[in-house]
Amino acid sequence: MLCDNCKERDAIINLTQVEHDSKVTLHLCEQCAQQKGVETGGAVLKSPLGNFLGAVVKGGSAAGGGGALVPAAGDAVRCPACGSTLRDFRDSGRLGCAQCYVAFDSHLRDLLRRLHGSSQHVGERYEAPGEGGTDDPRSRLLDLKAQLRRAVEGENFELAAELRDRIRVLE
Amino acid sequence: MMDLSLLPDGGMRWLDASGPKSTIVLSTRIRLARNVRGVPFSQRAKDADRTAVLERVSQAATSSDSLSAAVAFRLDQMDRPERQLLHERHLVSKELAGLERESRPRPGAALLVQDQVGVMVNEEDHLRLHGMWSGFDLEDAYAAVEAVDADLGRLVPFAFHPEFGYLTSCPTNAGTGLRASVLIHLPGLVLTKEINKVLQGLSQVGLTFRGLYGEGSEVVGNFFQLSNQTTLGKTEDELIDHLGKIVRQVIEYEEQARDVLLRTAPEEVEDKTWRAYGLLKHARQLSFEETMNLLSGVRLGVGLNLLPGPGVYTLNKLLIYTQPAHLAAMDGRSTGDRELPTVRAAFVRRLLEGESS
Repeated sequence: MLCDNCKERDAIINLTQVEHDSKVTLHLCEQCAQQKGVETGGAVLKSPLGNFLGAVVKGGSAAGGGGALVPAAGDAVRCPACGSTLRDFRDSGRLGCAQCYVAFDSHLRDLLRRLHGSSQHVGERYEAPGEGGTDDPRSRLLDLKAQLRRAVEGENFELAAELRDRIRVLE
Repeated sequence: MMDLSLLPDGGMRWLDASGPKSTIVLSTRIRLARNVRGVPFSQRAKDADRTAVLERVSQAATSSDSLSAAVAFRLDQMDRPERQLLHERHLVSKELAGLERESRPRPGAALLVQDQVGVMVNEEDHLRLHGMWSGFDLEDAYAAVEAVDADLGRLVPFAFHPEFGYLTSCPTNAGTGLRASVLIHLPGLVLTKEINKVLQGLSQVGLTFRGLYGEGSEVVGNFFQLSNQTTLGKTEDELIDHLGKIVRQVIEYEEQARDVLLRTAPEEVEDKTWRAYGLLKHARQLSFEETMNLLSGVRLGVGLNLLPGPGVYTLNKLLIYTQPAHLAAMDGRSTGDRELPTVRAAFVRRLLEGESS
């Protein structure tokens, strides 16, 4: 999905605002979200000492304290599949569904690194029944490209280099 | 009434003490957390979702190699004492059995079990595959649970992400979803007061410890559950090898501590183990906690060849059958019965007399 603001970059943040008693959800890219004062996952990641939950709380108080229209960055993020918010996760410690990992991915990547020292699964690969992943080079390629993008975002350059090589072979 | 006789060995073959190092390591447990793709995780799921999950898993189990003859228990249709029995056998978690304060099992909460492997359905994750082996035997336990995983994963699509691995309700389990744990008896380290050093060391190497019943449970009778803390960023084999390496070291420390005890205070140790044995054999009232502590003393004595008996199998059985729900069920009482300490002492005497005659 493209960013509702610039209509150029991919939207990675869902921002829910209440305006004139109606709820409006904006889908924004990282840059536009930052312009609107939302503390994005990227910014959270860069905060050197703040822990994951602390970062979310900080997002909340900054927005609330400033009296801005923008609601708390962390809390505003809502999983489109199950409707859970980051606040729900913060309260219960449990995610709502598998899609939450995509909806909250930058927050979770940071948390996973703190918990496990890494966010990159290197154990057994799984292919669900009926999926021809490895047999179909095109979907394999898409999968690898998605992994590459995440590896670059996560500054996991060693893995990125390996993935790039594998993509070259397939292409 | 639930019929536990449907389960060969009551679902506890691990009690037989046939595994490696079984005087020190009681059991090895492996669990894998999995969720069904496209269905909200258990806490967020609706009753219909959970029922659908149970149906899919049951169907898949029927046509699998590893669970085709599984016995199924619907926790949500069982009375509390029966649920507690399964929990005391380490076959279900407190959460699945709805034993937390003022809680009930979730609709759709179930256990499928065949031989030494099983699946908890609609626990914190849709599926918790597990296996429990006698003694220190990570390889066999993992191989068996991995086979169940492969069987079910071929028929039920699991939630998997190329970067984060298997997706779980709590991010602490994401990636491999693997928790390997070893239930180990460490009286030597406790008596020589070296235990805290060892436990502190564990957290520095990515491991953690819990009590007899896993998360949130207290340490009783010098029994510790050692397990991996992290589940992501390492392969399954790496996680298991690492735990194995550390457990071997802990076993070595425990053996050294026992040597120190025997060298520096042989009479005291001998007296302690015989006293424990004597109390178990003759006491007329025993609390569960006291029983655990006395069993620990006797187990140490048996491990050091200071006591002629009882066998480790009997000691393992006593650990399970002296728990409240088991005693109550055997004697047709409630778990809150004030006579339980008397019933417990009589049961212990009976089992130990049977052993020595």
